[in-house]
Amino acid sequence: DYKTPPQKVMSRDLQQRIKPLVRFLIDCRPQSNISMGNAIRFLKHKIANLPPNTPEDKAKESLINDISSFIQERIEFADEVIASHGVCKINNGDIILTYAISHVVEMIFKKAKDEGKDFRVIVVDARPKLEGRELLRRLVDYGIKASYVLINALSYVIKTVSKVFIGAFACLANGTVISRIGSAVVCMMAHSANVPVLVCCETYKFHDRVQLDSICFNELGDPDDLIRTDTIDDKNHHADCLSDWRDISKLKLLNLVYDVIPTEFVSMVITEVGMIPPTSVPVIIREYHKDDNAAEE
Amino acid sequence: VSTQSTWGQLPRTQTFNMSEEKISSVGKDSVDSKEREKQLSKALPPNLEQTIDNVVLKLRRRELRGSGACAIQTADLLRTVIAKGRFTSVQDLLDTIKIVGKRLSEVNPIELSIGNIVRRVLYIVRHESAAVVKEQKGGKPKNKQQDNVDLSLSLHKLLDQTSSEEHLNLSPETIVKLKQPITEEISMLMDEIKGVYEHIAEHAIEHVYAKETILTFGVSKTVVAFFKEAAKFRKFEVIVAESAPSYEGHRMALLLSQEMGIETTVISDAAIFSIMPSVNKVIIGTHGVMANGGLISHTGAHNIAVAAKHHSVPVVVVSGLHKLCPLYAFDQDTFNEQNAPSQILNFDEDWVESVQVENPAYDYIPPELVTLFITNFGGHNPSYIYRLLTEY
Repeated sequence: DYKTPPQKVMSRDLQQRIKPLVRFLIDCRPQSNISMGNAIRFLKHKIANLPPNTPEDKAKESLINDISSFIQERIEFADEVIASHGVCKINNGDIILTYAISHVVEMIFKKAKDEGKDFRVIVVDARPKLEGRELLRRLVDYGIKASYVLINALSYVIKTVSKVFIGAFACLANGTVISRIGSAVVCMMAHSANVPVLVCCETYKFHDRVQLDSICFNELGDPDDLIRTDTIDDKNHHADCLSDWRDISKLKLLNLVYDVIPTEFVSMVITEVGMIPPTSVPVIIREYHKDDNAAEE
Repeated sequence: VSTQSTWGQLPRTQTFNMSEEKISSVGKDSVDSKEREKQLSKALPPNLEQTIDNVVLKLRRRELRGSGACAIQTADLLRTVIAKGRFTSVQDLLDTIKIVGKRLSEVNPIELSIGNIVRRVLYIVRHESAAVVKEQKGGKPKNKQQDNVDLSLSLHKLLDQTSSEEHLNLSPETIVKLKQPITEEISMLMDEIKGVYEHIAEHAIEHVYAKETILTFGVSKTVVAFFKEAAKFRKFEVIVAESAPSYEGHRMALLLSQEMGIETTVISDAAIFSIMPSVNKVIIGTHGVMANGGLISHTGAHNIAVAAKHHSVPVVVVSGLHKLCPLYAFDQDTFNEQNAPSQILNFDEDWVESVQVENPAYDYIPPELVTLFITNFGGHNPSYIYRLLTEY
């Protein structure tokens, strides 16, 4: 429901209209909008490359098609391809560890179960989000044998694990992987126990940026999430001793959302274009840019 | 150290204390528990049995927890047993102590400090009775050299059953006279345990610099005393990892920030790798110290130790010597107990039934990950810890 005002070139005007919307989206998630940034960049690119003489309806149609194909190819179809790649890596008798929740990893497990492979999953979870419980429920509903531990019991279970599958939020150009907080601990322990770590990441999450550690660039979650524990005291109420933390001047609560996994902990990144080592991420980024540039001409 | 050669073959479910005593008791055949109880009831008046049962009950119910508290209770109980019991020979006294210790440690095998204290008390008994024997024989007051000879005698006893055991053949009257110095020594032992916090805190100022960021984990009285002392002289910041599922880190943070006015930040256990680059030191307490310098510590500490190693951050462990055992762990299962899975996953929904939940209470940290031990006798390298054991 966008109409080009007369006398204005569609592509320019559309870009102007989109700007405040984009700014709003960025404001919602200020720090870590990598995948969102990629999608927006793709859209702007497509708009800018609209031949100026196309009639408006045609232009709109082609834009909408482009957007749909982006969603289909790089998100949904990519997930299918990653799932089929990942399933090859699951052998019978494997015990697979995963952390928190990632729907790509979930798809891999479901596909492997469909193919009749015999494996077990250990879901590692951590406070405060406790996202692993949701994954656990879905796996159990699908009939996959699952165990559940908190991150403190990691060294207890890691010796029995054959592989670790982790989802990613982004893969950076220096080979590091950004993922949910706690995944670095999981990868570190897997590395020290010589267990391979496989990161499952679609290419739209790749980014040109480089980052060394989690502190310089991260998102802060709600500190009050850390207060709520499940301990119950004598009167059967929730005994959260830190509920008045704001009154204590010397006390701070830090709730980081993302974690940076160094390159040496990741054995392989599974993407829809294939299975690559984490250091090959900039190569893929460059390939995609070349494709875009070629399409322009 | 000779003690380690035997218990390696013991199945996991048995208690691991008394390994040294097991060697010497094989010949004496005090293995059958019925016989043990008979022997015990010969030596002790009935109200003493009641006292022992009370302590056993407290241990079984986990009302009595923590290395320091268990150590002091064990020492107190043994002191009462020695003072009020009737013994026909020194060997009888030693056996009674072993039996009482075995009863206590069977109830809670993971409280390693019980076995440690029993070993110290046995050493005290042997030491004192050997001294009396020397006095009787030579008429000379005991001096340093003879003490060393007695020490080697007690080590010999482990390896060679036929070595001379003259110090065991004392008359009952001498044994009654022996009770006084023994109970005094045990009281000194208890004072040593109670004074652990002050002695360790004396070292605080050497290891904490101004404007440092220190990472700690869970709650530990020793660490709290350490920080309290350091806070008097230096300004530093502490990051506390809440230790799920017990959330002891929350209590620690409250203690540090409210009562000691130290800048404290609480983070989730998942964030320790991210936060480690900005940490200068890791200071943790522990539940037990193994003979090779490894630690039995609360679960989650292994993650911290490995992360610290990766970032080359020194790991300092503060603990009293009563936590030191002549035992070795080789994996996470050797000394461990599982806590209730409901701490992690509630039984609210049906699908939970098919899920296996692991909730180990302790972690084994190998000695390579520890940089320094600070005990009430000073600072040590983990590789030196075994030497501290040979004194007992």
